[in-house]
This record gives sequence, C-alpha cells and structure tokens, in this order.
Amino acid sequence: MSEKVYARNVEALKNGTVIDHIPAGMGLRILHLFKLTEYGERVTVGLNLSSGHMGAKDLIKVENLVLSEEQANELALLAPKCTVSVIEDFEVVRKQKLAIPEEVTGIFSCANSNCVSHVEPVKSHFRVRVTEHDTKMKCKYCEKVFSKDIVVGNR
Amino acid sequence: MANPLYRKHIISIPDFSREELELVVEPAARLKASPRADLLQDRLIATCFFEPSTRTRLSFETAVQRLGGNVIGFSDAASTSTKKGETLADTVRIISSYTDAIVMRHPKEGAARVASEFSAVPIINGGDGANQHPSQTLLDLFTLRETQGRLDNLTVAFVGDLKYGRTVHSLAQALSLFGAKFYFVGPEALAMPDYLCEELDERGISYTIAATIEEVIPHIDILYMTRVQRERFDEAEYKKIQGQFVLRADMLRNARPNMKILHPLPRVDEITPDVDSTPHAYYFEQAKNGVFARQALLSLVLNETV
Ligand SMILES: [Zn+2]
Repeated sequence: MSEKVYARNVEALKNGTVIDHIPAGMGLRILHLFKLTEYGERVTVGLNLSSGHMGAKDLIKVENLVLSEEQANELALLAPKCTVSVIEDFEVVRKQKLAIPEEVTGIFSCANSNCVSHVEPVKSHFRVRVTEHDTKMKCKYCEKVFSKDIVVGNR
Repeated sequence: MANPLYRKHIISIPDFSREELELVVEPAARLKASPRADLLQDRLIATCFFEPSTRTRLSFETAVQRLGGNVIGFSDAASTSTKKGETLADTVRIISSYTDAIVMRHPKEGAARVASEFSAVPIINGGDGANQHPSQTLLDLFTLRETQGRLDNLTVAFVGDLKYGRTVHSLAQALSLFGAKFYFVGPEALAMPDYLCEELDERGISYTIAATIEEVIPHIDILYMTRVQRERFDEAEYKKIQGQFVLRADMLRNARPNMKILHPLPRVDEITPDVDSTPHAYYFEQAKNGVFARQALLSLVLNETV
C-alpha cells in the first residue's frame, strides 16, 4: 500500500498529524495528557480499530497541528511503538522520530503521593534513564526513582 | 576565589562532588579544635521547621550562635501561615527577604528543592520527608575522617533498617565516591533498595549481604547501627527478627582496634548500654560533631573563604 493510499484510508486529512499504532486503550489518555482537544482544531479519534499485528489499536488525527520534538519524545515514553505521520496536502510527508527524552517536564505527575510537586507551584520534572531491563524516571523534587510505566500510568 | 559552596543551596548529597564533601570535613575539624565566634557575625539565619525536630533544630541553632550569628524562626508549622494555606514557595520568598540563609525541615519530600527555586538566599535542607538530610551525612563523614584519619577505602557495615533509613542511603552514596566497601546486615524485608544497589554497582563499589553482626565485626572500620522499627512488621514477623540486630559488648571481641560504632540516634534497644563504655562506642561524640559539621557548612555557604 503506497503512503498516499494509506493516508487517504486513515483519514481525509488535508494537513496535520496522524498518531497511529497506539496500543488499544491508550488513545484517550494521550488525547488528555497532550491536551490535543485544546488547540481548537478538529480531532478524530479511532478506538479499538483492527490492526494486523497489534490485534487492536487506537488512532488520533489532529488537523493543522505538528507535534513538537519535545511532545514526540514524551509520546515515546507512553507508547514507544506508535507512529507519528505529518500530513501535507493529503500526503504523508514525513514520519516523526520518537526518541526517549533525557528530561521531561510538566506532563506526567510524580507517583510519590508525599512529593511536594503535587502542592507547590512547580512543574513536575523527571530525569529519564534507560537501563538494560527498564526505563527509569527520577523525580527532581522527591528524588524517588520509578519504573517508567509507573509514572506514565501504563500500569 | 570563593569556595565552591559559597552562596549554594545545600539540598541533597548526590548534588555534592567528592571535593565538596571533603571541603566541609576540613573546617569542621578546625572549628572543633579552635572555636571561632566571628564567622557568622552580623548574619541572620532563619530556622524554619514545618515539622518539629528538636534535635536537628537545636544543633543548627547552636552552630549559628557559636559562630556569632543570630537566629529567627519557628519550630512547628502550627504557628505559621502554612496552616492558612500559604504555599511553601510564598513563605520562602518572604523569609528569604529577611535573612542571609534559611535552614528548613519539612514533612514533604522535595520541599527544600522547591524552596531553593523561590529563595533569594541559600537554603539548607534539614530534612525533607523521607528524602534527604544532608547535614547528617556531612557530620557522619566528619566523624569517619576524625576516627579513621581518612575517607578513602573504608570498610563500613550498615546494620538494621536499610530500606527506609535515609541516613544509611546518603552515607552509602557519599562513601561510594571514596571507594568504600560495604556490608549490609538487616532483616530481608528491610534490605537496601534496588536503585541504590544499582548505583553502587555502576560505581564499582563492592557490597556483601551478611546475616549476622558477629560475622562482619572482624572485617570493618565502622559499624553503622540503625533502629529496626517495630511498626514495620506484624507481631509474628517481629518476633522472628527481634534481638537479631542488637549489638552487645561481648560481640566486639574480634573488632579491629580502630573500629568505631556510629548511630544517628536516638537509640532504643539496638545497642545495649554495656557497649557505651567500650573504646568502640562513638555515637555520642558523633552527635556532638553535628554542631561542628553544621558550623563548617554554614561558614562555607556564607563566607567566600573560611
Ligand atoms: Zn516526586
């Protein structure tokens, strides 16, 4: 299937971004965390779509919006295997690279309920470290280290 | 050239380099040998205790006053505007406009780091929840240097609650910069956390988990005791481990002559009183050293050169 036909199939999106291959169940969470509905642009969401190798998947399309590099990297923490396609004039012009960021600010909240970041006027801030078995996130404030999935809420 | 801690916030031991840790130990020894009543002259230090800790507060306030400085502050959040819902950020902004430095203790983890982002003057962390208490580690390091003549390549056994004991974690982290060797002795349920063991692995620090205090005694320079809190166990579990991590004088027969016993205090029953009169007991001197280590820290933060 050519990129062009593929783009038409998922959506008649003229310009914008398609986030595809999101694990089923995580689409709404991504919508919410990245506040994708707050740009005033048209958003289309597909939930539990059938997908050959994944079984079921979610999909989000946002008109006239391109994720920043920072957002794409934050997405890498949540759903490392999703794909982000930038659409211009109904065609996929590029796929955005998702790289695990070294630091992430503001989007995820600390898993330690006694962490001061929940009650003070500061943004959450984690340093991310990829180890052999796991990706760890260390809160700048309470200095607790968590498995990535605990912070991003995947379990 | 100003010393590297001048006007710096003192929040967390992992922020310190090896050189900075050594920097505090030196003047602590000098101040113990010859007191200086001028190093904080005309300085006003706030001690803000959002959670009571009489021991830590008195130690800091003694340090300030011995150096000729003055203290304002509070010993309990009940009497402050925090009770009325003011954020820590705002409280710190105000108090930092009155004083030259703020020593603070707070029940929430990360409080000192937040304070440092809103304060115009150095913040010195006197304990933030279960997280950090860096002046305790500095006084421990000073005591190790004082008793062993060095910080490099010491063999240290930590006994008791290794899971929740923040003094244990911070001291192990600090000593890992000096090539230490560790023994961990404690109940399995209170073992050293994984993240800390991983840190030690990364730094190539060797550690051994041992079942009893006796088996490590002949091999160590420092025996660092902590309390195993009964509340961490149910009754049956506690019965099983009760008495296992208690130090008695008769266990010290094979200790090296230089071996010293430390404890962050208060002790309850994990060191029996007959240990106090042995030449190995050093925990009361260690508590006294807290004032000198805090004097050194305050002097360095508030003076370009000491
Ligand atoms: Zn935190």
